[in-house]
Amino acid sequence: MKVSLFVTCLSEMFYQNVAKDVVEVLERLGCDIDFPKGQICCGQPAYNSGYRKDAQKAAKQMIDSFENSEYIVTPSGSCAAMFKEYPELLKDDPKWHARAQATADKTYEFTQFIVHVLKIEDVGAEYPARATYHTSCHMTRLLKETDAPSLLLANVKGLYMLPLANNYDCCGFGGTFAVKMAPISEQMVDEKVRHIEESTADLLIAADNGCMMNIKGRIDRTGKPIEVKHIAQILNSQTAEGGN
Amino acid sequence: MAMKIGDKSFFGRVDDALQDDFMRQAMSSAQDRLRGKKQAATVEDELVGDWEEWRSAGEEIRQHTLDNLDFYLEQLSENFTKRGGHVYFAKTAEDATRYVQEVAKRKNAKNVTKAKSMVTEEIGLNEALEEIDCNVYETDLAEYILQIDDHDRPSHIVVPSLHKNKEQIRDTFRDKANYTGTEEPKQLAAFARAQLRETFMQADIGVTGCNFAVAQSGSISLVTNEGNANMVTTFPETQISIMGMERLVPTWEELDVMTNLLSRSAVGQKITTYVTNLTPQLVEDSVDAPKEFHLVILDAGRSNALGTEFQSALQCIRCAACVNVCPVYRHIGGHAYGSIYQGPIGAVLSPILGGYEEYGELPYASSLCAACTEACPVKIPLHELLIRHRENYVKDYGKTAEKMAMKTFGVGASSPLLFKMAVKGMPAAMKPFVKDDHIENGPGPMKLWTEVRDFPAPGKGNFRNWFDNRKKGGGAHD
Repeated sequence: MKVSLFVTCLSEMFYQNVAKDVVEVLERLGCDIDFPKGQICCGQPAYNSGYRKDAQKAAKQMIDSFENSEYIVTPSGSCAAMFKEYPELLKDDPKWHARAQATADKTYEFTQFIVHVLKIEDVGAEYPARATYHTSCHMTRLLKETDAPSLLLANVKGLYMLPLANNYDCCGFGGTFAVKMAPISEQMVDEKVRHIEESTADLLIAADNGCMMNIKGRIDRTGKPIEVKHIAQILNSQTAEGGN
Repeated sequence: MAMKIGDKSFFGRVDDALQDDFMRQAMSSAQDRLRGKKQAATVEDELVGDWEEWRSAGEEIRQHTLDNLDFYLEQLSENFTKRGGHVYFAKTAEDATRYVQEVAKRKNAKNVTKAKSMVTEEIGLNEALEEIDCNVYETDLAEYILQIDDHDRPSHIVVPSLHKNKEQIRDTFRDKANYTGTEEPKQLAAFARAQLRETFMQADIGVTGCNFAVAQSGSISLVTNEGNANMVTTFPETQISIMGMERLVPTWEELDVMTNLLSRSAVGQKITTYVTNLTPQLVEDSVDAPKEFHLVILDAGRSNALGTEFQSALQCIRCAACVNVCPVYRHIGGHAYGSIYQGPIGAVLSPILGGYEEYGELPYASSLCAACTEACPVKIPLHELLIRHRENYVKDYGKTAEKMAMKTFGVGASSPLLFKMAVKGMPAAMKPFVKDDHIENGPGPMKLWTEVRDFPAPGKGNFRNWFDNRKKGGGAHD
């Protein structure tokens, strides 16, 4: 199956290892991956802040870049949801609107693609740990993908998943919200970290680099002994190979 | 303006809220409790069947009503007038309060009892009546508590006194109403009940809001758990109901659906203890029928939203389901919004009714997590409307630095070459700030981030090079 990777700007700048894990997992599952070179950022920082025109520039760049793709797969529910928003963002331009719709229709979040398109629930990973999972808001509420990550994690050998209280509450990232509404965001991430601690997990698994950056940033700052990893890092772990 | 709460800036109010440990504890435990109750009365109630179908029906009813608002308002007005009632269309809050004042003056009214009504909070009706020397008595327990506590303001549209605990209520009753009992809720309620019985008997005018008006019959439907709406509308000879111009349904069939959606979403009740449906009629020489009854239909900015991208905000039935799941409201409570309409719907509605100058910051008080949209029983796309507000706001009020930053973003996000240079140059640019693998004290806008959290250091190596190399048979990553 031919898959175009939309790596996300956050992964490309800060989490290259996550990006590499995504590539390796998908290849192992039989995908033929290409990386459209024109890709940059989905445009969400501008869009969510009210700068529609600047977001449109980013969107058009992405639509152009993925024009010939069969499937677009990205390790972020939030960036995938932004792709799904392109038809609304470009609704006043008939030509671009149709192309935006085509782009939106072939876009999948990483775990969603594995479970619903590849129809695979066990990727053969092994990762011994006591972990809990952060359900990202945009993945669950905008993409409406609620099952794929937990199905995949349930089949990771050695991984013991613990429930996370108030998992439906936002971690306080919200893109520019984290700095625009810094005092409120701080309270939100603090409560999230408290719930993670109370879960007694040693590892937090997230499926979105934005949430991950926020939660990990707070966990590290407050010196909690909890590891934070992207789900791709877990799914690419095989004890025989040593994983990442 | 009566919709507004407090004079401090938004962040001033947020700071006050964040320091109020009791209030925050009350908000989060109320949210957690209400979530369970709502689940039990919606998705988990077998009698409900598919809750999503109910939401779709609610959305359809509200959209249909708004699309035909002129027709249904006329029908409502005709049917209300036909039985001897008076209908007044108020363009502004002032028009509405003036009308009520005139009725009160004409009737020589001294005592006015009120059932809970957010719209009368919105227009400042109590103050307007006090101005002409009427005694106004709130009869909803929560509103009563706020009123005797020196007119404290509501912090939640369904549970206005959510920010107070039983000990605080006991103290208020002691200080303001010579209460001598304990903080036991039953005792507190019994005390308030005894006080209110007296006032019900002496009322000259009864004022209610309106959960839904029924156009078909010209009726007013009110949901309460205390039965006070019945008392308010039974004793006095004169009744006045005040409604937002969008708060109506075509027929009783739709009322059934909407009442279900409202009580289940608001407090997780299958139905409220009382559903008071009023279809008043003038009857000669009757001691039961009212002598005079009025319906005030309020615009006060609502028509600003009609026919615009914000029309769906008028679908709102004031259940507060969005407030009850909002993670921002959870931490800052209601007063921080500075409007009697708080939480996500408050952040959408307040700028529509009161303008961006006063309420333009509220749409930013959301992480756009969309919990509100998911909870809304009439499917208002709340988080999307917050973005629409932001788009309007930045046009007139956007800060130059932010505009420049976003322009730069737009240019950078459409130029692969610039992006490549940025990715390549970033590790060197950030190097002075990097400690081990993270940044603890970032420059510029990053400072607000790194005051409370670490920021990741730019990754070493280049993903694109790695990918190309791999395609040529290169190895795994570290």
